[in-house]
Formats: sequence, C-alpha cells, structure tokens
Amino acid sequence: MIAHIDYIPFFSWPEWLEGLIVMIAVYLPFVCLVAMFGIWWERKVSADIQSRHGPMRTGRWHGWAQSPADGLKLLAKEDLIPVAADRPLFRLAPYLSFVPAFAALVVLPFSARFIFVDMPISVVFLFGILALEVLGVILAGWASNSKWALYGAMREACQIVSYEIPLGLSILVPALAAGTLSLAAIGEQQGGGLHQWLAFRNPFLFVSCFVFFIATLADCKRSPFDLPESESELVAGYHVEYSGMRWVMFFFAEYAVMYILSAVACMLYLGAWYDPFGIVLWMEKAGYVWSSAVIGAGIIIVKAFTLVYVQMWLRWTLPRLRIDQVLSTCVKVLLPLACVNLIGAALWSWLVPAGWAQLAVQVLLTVIGTGGFLFFVGVLVRAMLSRRQGLRLTLLTPWHAIPVAEPPPGPEPASNG
Amino acid sequence: MREHGQPITTPGLVIPDPVNYDIGREKVVETDSDLRTEEMLINMGPQHPSTHGVLRVMLRTDGELILEATPHIGYLHRCAEKIGENVQYHQFVPYTDRFDYLAAMNNNLAYAMAVEKLAGIEAPKRAQYIRVIVAELNRIASHLVMFGTYGLDMGAFTPFIYGFRERELILDLFEAACGARLTYSYVTIGGVREDLPEGWVRKAGEFLDYFQPKIKEYNDLLSYNQIFIKRTANVGVIPADRAIAYGLSGPVLRGSGVKWDLRKATPDLVYDQLEFDICVGEGRMGQVGDSWDRYFVRILEMVQSARIVRQALAKLPSGDYRAKVPRLLKPPPGEVYYETENPRGQLGFYIVSDGSPVPYRLKARGPSFCNLSILNEVAKDCLLGDIPAILGSIDVVMGEVDR
Repeated sequence: MIAHIDYIPFFSWPEWLEGLIVMIAVYLPFVCLVAMFGIWWERKVSADIQSRHGPMRTGRWHGWAQSPADGLKLLAKEDLIPVAADRPLFRLAPYLSFVPAFAALVVLPFSARFIFVDMPISVVFLFGILALEVLGVILAGWASNSKWALYGAMREACQIVSYEIPLGLSILVPALAAGTLSLAAIGEQQGGGLHQWLAFRNPFLFVSCFVFFIATLADCKRSPFDLPESESELVAGYHVEYSGMRWVMFFFAEYAVMYILSAVACMLYLGAWYDPFGIVLWMEKAGYVWSSAVIGAGIIIVKAFTLVYVQMWLRWTLPRLRIDQVLSTCVKVLLPLACVNLIGAALWSWLVPAGWAQLAVQVLLTVIGTGGFLFFVGVLVRAMLSRRQGLRLTLLTPWHAIPVAEPPPGPEPASNG
Repeated sequence: MREHGQPITTPGLVIPDPVNYDIGREKVVETDSDLRTEEMLINMGPQHPSTHGVLRVMLRTDGELILEATPHIGYLHRCAEKIGENVQYHQFVPYTDRFDYLAAMNNNLAYAMAVEKLAGIEAPKRAQYIRVIVAELNRIASHLVMFGTYGLDMGAFTPFIYGFRERELILDLFEAACGARLTYSYVTIGGVREDLPEGWVRKAGEFLDYFQPKIKEYNDLLSYNQIFIKRTANVGVIPADRAIAYGLSGPVLRGSGVKWDLRKATPDLVYDQLEFDICVGEGRMGQVGDSWDRYFVRILEMVQSARIVRQALAKLPSGDYRAKVPRLLKPPPGEVYYETENPRGQLGFYIVSDGSPVPYRLKARGPSFCNLSILNEVAKDCLLGDIPAILGSIDVVMGEVDR
C-alpha cells in the first residue's frame, strides 16, 4: 500500500511532470472526446429510435461536428449567475461534479499495459471518488436558490445514497471472486475465453452483473432513474439555473460517468480488455506486448460503448419512475439481491471446488448470457431492417400521382348570398 | 340522469371560501420530534414543460407530498367572448379556431351548429358527412397529441415523435382541404367553406390504412409498459359521481366509467347513421377512473374515430357542400345553447340574438375549463411526480380554458 502511494507521482519532480503531461495530453482530451462522442451518438441513437435523422448538416458527414459546434456556442454564451444564488458555491459546483469523473479515469485500466495508476485498492478509490460527484449536484441545487433545483438536489441525494449500497455490494462480489480489489488484477483473470469472464463464473455473479448495471443507471442519473433532472416534473432539476460553460461541465460529467461506469462494468464482469476467444491473452503470452495492449484498449472501449448504447436505448424507450418507486426498487429488490449475491458468491467459492461442476456451470451461464446478447442483437438488426416501415410517410400516394377520377363534385355550390 | 329543473346536489362538494383561502401562506408543521419542518409553496408554471401551455399551478408541498394544488388561469385570456359580441356571425369563426387549437375543426363545428340552430339553417347532406370526417380526423389528431405529450410527461420521449409523425399526415389532409394546418376555419355556418379536393377521399383512406396498425405500436410502446402503468394506474382516481358533480365531460368523464357521449346521446349531423361504440374506462390496470383509464379511453377513441371516418368516406354523397347563407347573417331574436362532443369534452355555445348582425351575447363552455376544476381535489395527497400524470391525463388546452 505504502509502496503504491509512493507511486502516485507527487514526490519527485520528473515523475510529477510526467504525470501532469500525461494528464493534460492524454486524459483530459480523452474525457472530452468520450463526452462529445457520447453526446453526438446519443442524438443519433435517439433519432434512430424515433424515426428521425438527427443532426445531419453540421460537418457534412452525419453531423459529426454537432458537439464541437454546440460547445463553441455554449462557450460564447453569457455566464449567468442568478442574483439570489450563493455565488462562490454556485461557481464551485460544476467543478465538483466534473473533476471526480475525470479523476476516476486515472485508475481505470485500458489494457494490461495502459494503466496510469495501478493501486491495489483501485476499485475502492474509483467508487470513493465517483461518490464525490453527488456533492457537486447537491451544491448546485442548493446554491442556485431555486426551489426546483433544490428538489432535484434532494432527489439526487436520496437516490444516490440509497443506490450506492447495492452498487458497492455488487462491486464486492467480483472482487471476492477474484480475490483482489485492484481493477487491473481483476481484469487479468478473465483472459481465457468467454466462460472465464467473471459474470459467467457462478450464478450469483451472473445476477450481480444485472444488479450492478441497474445501480449504475441510477448512479449516473439515466432513465428510468433520471429523477434529479426530470424534465417534465422539475424543469431541469439541479442544473436549472446553469447556462453556458458551467452547464457544459454537468453535461460532460454525465457522459463521462456513463462511459466510466460502463467500462468498470466491463472490467468487473465482462472480460475486461479480453476478447471472447482468448486471442488477446494468447498475444500477451506470446510477447506481442504493444499490439495486444492496443487491441485490448480498443476492445474495452467497444465493450463500454456497447453498454452505453444499452443505456441510451433504455432512455429513449422507457418512461420515468416516481421517487417512491425508485427508492422501493432499491430497498426491496436490489438491496436484498445484492446481499444474497454477496453471501452466495462467498459460499460458492468456499463450497464448490474447481472441477467439472464449476466448468459446467460456467459453460451453462455463458450459453445463457450469449443467447440473451444475441437475442437483443437480433432485435436490433430486425428493427434496422424494418426501419423503412417507420418512414412510410413517403410511401403514401403523392398528390400528383392520384388520377382525376373522383365522382363528379355535384352542382355548382351556392353563392355567398 | 338529473331531471330538468331539479337542483344540482353534489354531496361532499366543498367550494373554497375565497376570503379565507389559506393558499399563499406557508405553515409551520408541528411535529413531536425536534425537527421543525415547513411547508413550501412552489409555482408550477406559467412556464413549465408539463403544464401544456401557460397554466400556473400553485403547489403547497411538504417535501415531495402535495398538500394542495390550485390552478391559476388567465394567462392566455384573449376576450374571445367579448369579441364575439362585436363581430358578425361569420367573422367569429376564426376566433373559435383559437379556443382548443389542437381541435380547431371541432370548435368550428360547435359554433357553426349553434348559429345554424339559431338561424334555422340546415347544412346539406354532403356537408354533414364532410363535417363528420374532418371532426373525427381532428379528434384522432388531438388524441395523438395527448398520447405523445402524456408520454413526455411520464419521461418517455419517443411516443411524442411517433404521435406527431401520424398527426402530420392528418394535418396534410386538412391543408389540402382548406389550406391551413392548425387554424382551419373550414367548417362554417351552413356547411364547409370549400369542397374536398380531388383525390382527398383516397388519401384519407390511405391514411386510415396506414394509421390503424399503428395503434398496436402505441400500446406496445407506452400503454402496456410496466413503468407507465405503475406511474398512472391508481393515480388521480376520479369516481364517477365526483366526475358528474364537477361537470366533467369527454374522455375524462368516460374514463371514470360513465357511458356518456353526445354523439350517441343527442346525435347530430349523421352520427346516428354510423356505427361506433362509446369507450369507457374499466379499471383494467387499477381502479376505474385512474389516469391510465383516462389515457386509454383516448387510445380506444382513436380506433372508433378511424372506424367512423371509414364509414363516412364510403357513404360520402355528392351534392352541395354549403347551404345558401346570406353573407350578412341576421338570425331572428332568440337564444340557443348547443353542445357538441369535442376531443376534450362538450364544447357548448350559448348565443343570444337580438336580430342584429352581431350576437347580443356569446358565451362558450370550454370543456378544458370544467375538467381542470377537479385538479385540486384529485391532486391532494399525491406526490410531485404525480402532478404531470394527473394534469396530462385531464389534458387541458389553455387556449380553451382562458379563451
């Protein structure tokens, strides 16, 4: 532990400088790129679901430049602070929201080679620092001095505080199975093919994977748990008084956290940076250090964005829950499930020996999981193929194509008096 | 039904005392513990995404709990009734467009029928069929907006786009018929303003072919969604007797299980020659008269309206589309009250004529206005998130509430 704290580059000048350069040159642009891509992609996904096109003009190719253009516009907007607001806190809140999202990425491994800080307790660090984000939200709601914002902040407080518990317990389950709290070490154990992914190790981990995903939805305020900013009830919730760049901070934080939590879900449950067939592991062992690292980073980014896609899919399909339903879902369903998962996984690793029974369960769960995944891919493909149906507006006969063969219009109409 | 001349007795109806009305004061709630909590007054509106216009609802809240919800109206008041006393009968038709701007055809229809009854004019058969067709198409369009915005109120964005996608086709049809997409002034005194263009009937039939399978899509997407049911079932329950006591009408009344529809009860136009059913709430997902019932009555009504339009298109006779009506209409002295079934309820016009070219008095009964009156009773003791669910299911249009 101490040795690893030494590793955090604050003690010697060159390492500090190195850390700073990597931060500014790699991590900050990466967070911004992820957020900007996420925003553009969300617009395209929502358009696809709603039989629209979404942004098509900005930057010519499918509106790829929409996010930078929006950013420029927001940058040029007036920086408004309400008269009644608590000015210092109002200014502080967006940074408190954005910085944790940025800091959490520091311990997030991209592959066996690309790890900025490899702490033995990186899981704990990550969720500790992400929990700070709620502070920014509550601060924003309070400092705005608006009743709607206050409602949003209070909802956020009780929602996040209750969902942190199943989330935390669901993190412990794979950590228990892997026997470590280091994200990199958890990831390294999942290389040997699909059945080695932690989600498929035992039934409790399998269920825990879903509990974790639902809890992350609530944690990053995504539909159907988007109560803190529920538009139709609270106008915009905690960021109702924010505009311009300060608002962008909240927006960026939301999309960054979406990506980070998805990446963590991949890390903990879905095979980290390994492909389903064990090719990356083979490459690592065969000594292709850099190429395996690059491919692994690509794989985890693709996996994380797949989960982000699922989050977007849910958002544009489902209505929103009510606050009491959100809390009762947490307390009555997710929390008991998470507890059962934790105890069950512990008992499993204690009672079930590593042998043919364990392997059979792994294969069975892999088949179930893969089958479910393929089912949803099939649903998507089918929807894409029948997408024309939604755009059938153009298939109705155009006016000029209708032959003039109607029954005669009758006698001359009466004149107007 | 109540006999004519009998006094209206509504047991339990409390009319708030305007002097000692305690809204506007925040009370300190006494509790046993050391915690001292305060009620909070919060203005929902006039600019708010789910008040559907410029309604202001003053909420007295205890945390998320609503203690009182008082609607404050008048932000869209345009003196329509007073204008009606200063313009000639024909000239008032465009003002009726602005009542319930989502169902302008039906507003035109109610006004035109009232004036026709006053002046003793009868519209030709073809005009009556055209009126039924456009009124029912507009009912579909109006309910599509409700379907979409209700989804939006519940946090689902996609139904809104789906509803508007189909509504657009109806607006195209109306545009072809009269040139306008929202304020039609198409149904005028004595008939309709212009005949349907060539090919219109075929286009309308194609639209119905396209539209009717879409109902299943709406149900899959929203009506039977578990979260949606959880949000709307057993929320904002209006029992049948309260609905009648408050004078509710339209889908809000039928949602409470009351089988009352003016198209059946006092069939005007050619509704008695067309087959359709009255849809009522049955409490399939919760209690009778909850928000889900009110919502689902509208879905069912879209099906029935499509059925009516199909029959009317098949029966559409040739002939005059407008009766001979003098441009300067001077109805004989007298008064008339006439109601028709609008998408949101019974729109009634009370017109007094003194024999001059302008009405002596023109009064409109807006269904949205009457339906809104029950909000405070229903919204009491629900959660903040239920307010959009109730308000959306009552589905008011502020243009009609304020007039």
